[in-house]
Amino acid sequence: MTDQRPIHSAVLVKQVPDTHNITGEVMTKDGTMNRGALPAIFNPEDLNALEMALDIRERTGGTVTVITMGPPKAANILRDCLFRGADRVILLTDRRFAGADTLATSYVLQCAVQKAGPFDLVLCGRQAIDGDTAQVGPQTAEKLGIPQITYAETIIEITSTHVTAERALDSGSEIVRCTMPVLLTVVGSANTPRPASVRRQMERKLAAVPSEYTAIRAQWPEFESDEALDAYLTKRDLKIPVWTAEDIGATEGSIGLAGSPTQVHKVNFVVLESTESKTIAPTAEAIKAMIAELVHEYIVG
Amino acid sequence: MSEKQSIWVFIEHTDGVIADVSLELTGKARELGDQLGFEVVGLLCGHEVDALAQEVIAHGADRVLLADHEELALYRTLPYARVAIEEARKRKPEIFLIGGTPNGRDFAPRVASALRCGLTADCTDLQIGDYYVKKEDKTYKDLLFQIRPAFGGNLIATIVNPHTRPQMATVREGVMRKPAADAARVGVVEKIAPVFDPGDLVLQVLSRQVRKSTIKLKDAPVIVAGGAGIETADEFALLRELANLLGGEVGASRAAVDAGLIDRAHQVGQTGTTVRPRLYIAAGISGAIQHRAGMDQSSKIIAINTDPNAPMFQIAHYRIVGDVGEVLPLIIKTLRERSMDQREAE
Repeated sequence: MTDQRPIHSAVLVKQVPDTHNITGEVMTKDGTMNRGALPAIFNPEDLNALEMALDIRERTGGTVTVITMGPPKAANILRDCLFRGADRVILLTDRRFAGADTLATSYVLQCAVQKAGPFDLVLCGRQAIDGDTAQVGPQTAEKLGIPQITYAETIIEITSTHVTAERALDSGSEIVRCTMPVLLTVVGSANTPRPASVRRQMERKLAAVPSEYTAIRAQWPEFESDEALDAYLTKRDLKIPVWTAEDIGATEGSIGLAGSPTQVHKVNFVVLESTESKTIAPTAEAIKAMIAELVHEYIVG
Repeated sequence: MSEKQSIWVFIEHTDGVIADVSLELTGKARELGDQLGFEVVGLLCGHEVDALAQEVIAHGADRVLLADHEELALYRTLPYARVAIEEARKRKPEIFLIGGTPNGRDFAPRVASALRCGLTADCTDLQIGDYYVKKEDKTYKDLLFQIRPAFGGNLIATIVNPHTRPQMATVREGVMRKPAADAARVGVVEKIAPVFDPGDLVLQVLSRQVRKSTIKLKDAPVIVAGGAGIETADEFALLRELANLLGGEVGASRAAVDAGLIDRAHQVGQTGTTVRPRLYIAAGISGAIQHRAGMDQSSKIIAINTDPNAPMFQIAHYRIVGDVGEVLPLIIKTLRERSMDQREAE
């Protein structure tokens, strides 16, 4: 493919609470989640999306831009993306984005992708582990007015106009060919994400959003003021841009809680109904008695 | 066209066979429709699928919207979504239910985004209820309560869409019960003629490989399931041995699937299959809400776990605190001895 033109990709990523360690205290009264109370990690399948984009860039040339919506500390996963090979990262943060459901989230992502683009490909993980809805990808594609290829596992071919991909479905697989621009949601089996490069990490360890400057200056006292640090980072292209609702031209009524058609009516802690139950010792005799009982009740034939 | 308010169900089909989940949801829609006095409508897109319409009616629909077009022969997001979006804009359904299959989860968010309405994924229950909004001092009557485990576990959230229509939800296969077909049921088949833009047809399916699933988890009378407490392939082999002895299937929690011990087709739970076997043996499964949601209606549950505080013990009928690697062989041995005794008796 000598006449391959460069392909420009946007990757949409999310910092998620590590839901394996969730407790009741992380819930707020309105039923949304207090994300600050949980350890935050890079949503696993978003790393697969990033890897797919980096791999495409190696084949075709071009750029990889990573966009996330989240609180300022989501800058952590953006730095991770820079270390792994992203060319450019953008943080979408605004208090008014808070409480967004998937529809309001996809609207913000649409605005940001349109401002940062144009792109040939938009990639994201199939789903995020905090909700498992798999809705934001297709909803963002619809809002962008572009087609979608969900559950993408392998990029078979990219030409200047089309992408051919294999989709992993529960019941088998499918090979599809589609015009670009197109949005792909990527499954975990697609690839093994490359680790952060040590060299890139050394070069970009200071990459930061302005709200992190105080913490950085505590560690690096040679920066005498925020302005000095800002000038240093800007010059080296290490200042992570932060975009608010105004920056991306998002309409107030379409973002955050106000832009979310779904509302949490109530959240119940699960009260386990106590079942009439027997404790069986892990011994041959006790188990024999249990089986006899199950046979008697025609549960076991 | 009927002016009656309606509940829609997306009818998915492969090779001329309607997906079970679509018929299960038609049954649920019938239940909700009777409660609300709404018409139940099946949205059937495809090519030369007229024969399927009566089956949808037999399972509870009053009307089938039949979009027949060669571009709809295989499921593709944009043409299918085009039909749903256009028809929903015209007919304004109150509720729209979609099976939580790979295609359903591809289709539903595309449609919800275009209609700017709420969508809740993987509901484990659907009910009708009233919702009071304090800010507006207003009670919204007869909303669809979309109930699902949320936030990684421990919690069950009830989601509502007071302001937008349709109220959309996806539900996984097996969560609702498939109603018995009533061939005598009468309904209307209304043909619609879809019109596509070139932009709807930019994606081509070059090939499709269907892997026939050999496991029938949903209908298995006995399920022997393993979770994070199963550490080795040898222990997993014990599950299979026991399942074979009992004429059942092997199930798994998400932890076991994610660990690569078994294929995802065996996953029981909110994002897997919902099952109601006669006997469910949970071996080394702690019992997160997402897993319990998929098996807590089993007639008898045996839980085996080294952790006496595992939540699974609270819904189990038989609690065995012990190591899976020791307890399973004991059960297998007991069953083998029984069948030998029986053979001798004969």
